[in-house]
Amino acid sequence: MAEYVWLIVLIPLIGFLINGIGGLSSEAYRKQKTLIGTIATISVFIPFLIALQIFFGMGADSEPYVARLFTWIEAGSFSSEVAYRVDQLSIIMALVVTGVGALIHLYSMGYMKDDEGYWKFFAYLNLFIFAMLNLVLGNNLILLFLGWEGVGVCSYLLIGYWYGDMAKSDAAKKAFVFNRVGDFAFLVAMFLVFRAVGSLDFDIILNNLSAFTPEITFWVAVLMFIGATGKSAQIPLFVWLPDAMAGPTPVSALIHAATMVTSGIYLISRFSSMYVLTPEAMLIVAIIGGLTAIVAATIAITQYDIKKVLAYSTVSQLGFMFLALGSGGFIAAMFHVVTHAFFKACLFLGSGSVIHAMHHVEHELEHEGKDVHFDPQDMRYMGGLKKYMPSTYWTFLLSTFAIAGIPVFSGFFSKDEILAFVFNAGMGEYSYIYFALWGMAVLTAFLTAYYMFRLTLTTFHGTFKLPSKVKGAEDSEKYLHESPSTMTIPLWILGGLAVIGGFMGVPDFFVTTFTSSDIKINWLHAWLDGVTSDSALVLSYGTKWILVAIAILIAVFATVLAYRNYDNDKGEASDAALEKRFGSLYQVWSDKYKIDEIYDASIIQPTFKLSDRVLAVFDMKIVDGFVNAVGGTVRFFGSLLRFVQTGVVQTYALVFIIGVILVLSLIIF
Amino acid sequence: MEILNDLLNYLPAAIVAVGGLVVMMMDGYKAKSRLIYQTTMFFLAGALVIATYDLLYQEVGTLFSDMAASGSTAAFGTFIVVFGTFFTVILTHDYLIGVKHNYPQVYPLLMFCTVGMIVLATANDLVTVFIGLETMSISLYALAGIIRDKQLGVESALKYFILGAFSTGFFLYGIALLYGATGSTNLSEIGAYTDGSMIYWGGVSMLLVAFFFKISAVPFHMWTPDVYTGSPTTITAYMSTASKTAAIVALVLILERALPYAADQITSTMAIIAIMTMVLGNTVAMVQDNVKRMLAYSSIAHVGYLLVGLAAGTDLGFTAVLYYLLAYSLMNIGAFGVVAYYEKNHDVHFNNIESYAGLGYKQPLMGILLSVFLLSLAGIPPLAGFIGKYLVFAAAVEAGLINLVIIGVLASAASAYFYLRVMVYLYFKESKEPVKLMKPLRVYSFSLVVLAVLTLYFGILPAGITELIASYFSGNGLAIVP
Amino acid sequence: MFEEFFPIFVLIGISVFLAFVLMLISWLLGPSRPNAPKLRPYESGMDPIGDAKERYSISFYMVAMEFIVFDLEIVFIYPWAVRYQELGFGTFWAVMVFLTILTLGLFYTLKKESKNFSISKAKQV
Repeated sequence: MAEYVWLIVLIPLIGFLINGIGGLSSEAYRKQKTLIGTIATISVFIPFLIALQIFFGMGADSEPYVARLFTWIEAGSFSSEVAYRVDQLSIIMALVVTGVGALIHLYSMGYMKDDEGYWKFFAYLNLFIFAMLNLVLGNNLILLFLGWEGVGVCSYLLIGYWYGDMAKSDAAKKAFVFNRVGDFAFLVAMFLVFRAVGSLDFDIILNNLSAFTPEITFWVAVLMFIGATGKSAQIPLFVWLPDAMAGPTPVSALIHAATMVTSGIYLISRFSSMYVLTPEAMLIVAIIGGLTAIVAATIAITQYDIKKVLAYSTVSQLGFMFLALGSGGFIAAMFHVVTHAFFKACLFLGSGSVIHAMHHVEHELEHEGKDVHFDPQDMRYMGGLKKYMPSTYWTFLLSTFAIAGIPVFSGFFSKDEILAFVFNAGMGEYSYIYFALWGMAVLTAFLTAYYMFRLTLTTFHGTFKLPSKVKGAEDSEKYLHESPSTMTIPLWILGGLAVIGGFMGVPDFFVTTFTSSDIKINWLHAWLDGVTSDSALVLSYGTKWILVAIAILIAVFATVLAYRNYDNDKGEASDAALEKRFGSLYQVWSDKYKIDEIYDASIIQPTFKLSDRVLAVFDMKIVDGFVNAVGGTVRFFGSLLRFVQTGVVQTYALVFIIGVILVLSLIIF
Repeated sequence: MEILNDLLNYLPAAIVAVGGLVVMMMDGYKAKSRLIYQTTMFFLAGALVIATYDLLYQEVGTLFSDMAASGSTAAFGTFIVVFGTFFTVILTHDYLIGVKHNYPQVYPLLMFCTVGMIVLATANDLVTVFIGLETMSISLYALAGIIRDKQLGVESALKYFILGAFSTGFFLYGIALLYGATGSTNLSEIGAYTDGSMIYWGGVSMLLVAFFFKISAVPFHMWTPDVYTGSPTTITAYMSTASKTAAIVALVLILERALPYAADQITSTMAIIAIMTMVLGNTVAMVQDNVKRMLAYSSIAHVGYLLVGLAAGTDLGFTAVLYYLLAYSLMNIGAFGVVAYYEKNHDVHFNNIESYAGLGYKQPLMGILLSVFLLSLAGIPPLAGFIGKYLVFAAAVEAGLINLVIIGVLASAASAYFYLRVMVYLYFKESKEPVKLMKPLRVYSFSLVVLAVLTLYFGILPAGITELIASYFSGNGLAIVP
Repeated sequence: MFEEFFPIFVLIGISVFLAFVLMLISWLLGPSRPNAPKLRPYESGMDPIGDAKERYSISFYMVAMEFIVFDLEIVFIYPWAVRYQELGFGTFWAVMVFLTILTLGLFYTLKKESKNFSISKAKQV
């Protein structure tokens, strides 16, 4: 079955071509919205089925299968082929991408119903899936990089989907530029790898790690990680992700929560056997990840835009994953990638459902003839939506439990495993730093549960606050309604996965402590053990259980605290109290650490000034002058030569004879 | 029977020849022009299918008692020639109707010309080369002046004929001298000769002169701008691609098989001619305001790049040259095709660059197509033109001709100016007078799209075709640059 | 040396003698009624006196071309016919193909340019 892997990649491309070309060329086709949506959804769903079939045909000990399609580039000793790799790691990623992708496609059919560029939206989505599959299934760095850039382009296109709005197209540009900074480092890493090994094939690189000197290993690892900080929104390049929420909500769910932003984690997991050779690089990864996690979590507490909260939450969770990678818990990181894809996609889609409803209210009020405008994403206008949107509420709540790490829900297992690995890393080299990071991680876990319940409770509990807050919106709650079934079905599926998804990675010691058997119930660990180089857990059962207990306590404590502060419309009062207690610290959080401003002052303004005062002059006087001079000279000679072209055959024959003499003399002498 | 077997290996030429006779008789008996066109397409399609089959599967060998070659370069040359003719006929049909000079004679002439080209590209003997060259040339003289009530066309045809006859004299003289020196006209037998006498060198020079004339290398290029401007545009496309392909494939075969002994002298000669050709072609193209004439000079410049590959004289160089011919055929037929489309909306003088102002928006597809072809001609990745230039220059670097490559790259960089200039007019200038473009025929735009897609395809995935070509020159899969 | 070429000299002698004899006979026996066109020197039907840049009738070229084609045909067929015994039957078909092509060409020109062969029309050009 694995030999059909190329179909997984090809079908989304075909979907993209059908919708893209059809929409471009035919006005009538653009109106067939159901058809367009169905084609796009099916062309992601069929690859999902194929991936599932391949998955069932594999075992934890299956050898990697590489489907080599054709040689793409050949240049001297360099050769790159289009080849797709099926192994335990890539198939998991492919399943997440196509599975979550298909659900979000389905959801988008409802969400984007009234949008004019419907066909364009779905064409872009399919193109994104195609690029993302190239990223995760490619068998060499070139193909991975192609996908890497491809998802960047699609992300740019989709963030700026409503490009008429200046702020949104600026957000798209910002995302693209920040990604490019990371890509540059990634490219340099690729060059280094090629110089050392002479190939970019995964197998060849990973089997020849001895060809690297320790310095090279360190730099390759760090440069790849810098690439990952761009794509996966880590310090210092994370600022684009919150702005990326300008895109349609399904895009945020698919690209900026579930799939694209996790590609950095995939990359590092893929090269895990290289990373374990260089503990310094691992430490850098862990520190950056830990810092990002806590910085983003503190910002999330202060935000009122529901999508912004989720965006900072995503940044924070990604930081968590990098922390796991840096601590040697590659499988733990992948585990969190998968569970995070479930619950965060569900949360984003739920927020989309809420925004959809709020938009509807605004729209209906306009129909009544009232000129009422409010931000449909601001949670201060919401509240009490539980009554009107039960499906959205329940799935949102389940996912919140999952992300908060309440036991049995999926996030609990994955987060707990990460915490265990960070603590475990503290037993080795750089122990103090890792213990400090563990402390930060615990604090982050607390904050996560806190802001997530703040969000859920403010939005769904209490009373609907729009009528009291906005003039002219009285009685507007009658327009609130649940979203259509194309939107709620994906919500329920994802919500269900968010609940049970954790059981794929229940730690072994849950059973082995109590029974004398060393049974392996951690399916995911067994599955991925062959393709990643996880550190060994050296903790005793007692320590492990204490860690679990701490995680549960933290989560429950944060939940209870949030419930006390935010239930029954107490939200704004509690936020004010919080602001008072933390004072200037709170200010720093709500100003997002002023990182955008720092970028502006340190890079953007100086660049503008430099280009305005120095480069522009250089450009106009010297570069243009030189170019014009060269062009002028060439044109002058050109017009001289033109005079020889008289149109008289005799002249031509004469020149011919001169040529004959030239050739004769060249050949003979 | 051996002759039947030979004929079977020579089927594309045979089909085209029979087709030519059939359409000629149809013209004689006054069949409808459309029917003649369809019959031509029928035969060409058959020939194209078989040429494609031959390209992939034909075995290397010689036919008709060593007079012609089969397989490898011969099959490759045949394929490009038939392929080019196929698209030329489609474009020509529409173009001639458009400019209201729908002479059905053009089809038999094109077919006979193609036969000549195939004979030329598959020749294994100087006599066969001569027959092919002359069949091709005589048909081309007639084709150049096919619109016989236009003064420019008739003038160009006559000029072409006079100078062509002149060069034929040199060619015959070259054959005679080589025969005198080596005692044979067979390519491999000439190649066995290693006793450089004055007669031999004279013969080599004369042979080269004749080929330089046919491919319009400087300073034998003088006829080119006049003839290319005066001929019907699609015929110009044909002349600048198919006839050059045939001549250069023959030249590659001659250089490789017959003249390895003279390789050093040829390299230095080719290098100097190449420099002159590239520099002159590109500089004069810059000051042209007539797009067709600009493309004529650009085709001279491209011959310069091809000569760089021939100057390298290595297997790598020959591979590069053959790939370049394919790429060049695609993009040049395409570019001339769009120019012909613009032209047929108006009259033959609608070639001034000023009149292109704003046309890119009138028929977006045509604008995009022209842009693709021009970008490819300028050698911008990821189009076939880029890979072609890259291969040629890489081969020359490998052969140690660094100076030549530096000049070539500079000239090529300068060429971007006049290609992009057309695009500037297409998209960034307002047209002074309102221009109405009619909708192109579906088959017309479709064939241009096919050419554009192939240009893109061979630019992105050149590996397959370069490997195929490389296998012609060495048995043991030589590592080739992409 | 002289002996080797003796038959040729004999041939030359006989042909010169015959020419004179034939002219003499026609001068003696033929009727003589001279007029202006008859007395003009013959040059392929063209007016021999006057400007050389005169325009020719196109049919002149057509006929000339037909003539040259069939003239050249002889060049190919003659050596073939002489060596036919050694060359074998395969070459027979080769020559047949050649002749067919020529015949087709002849038909083509006849069809295409038939109006130009009529002298009366050609004179009007």
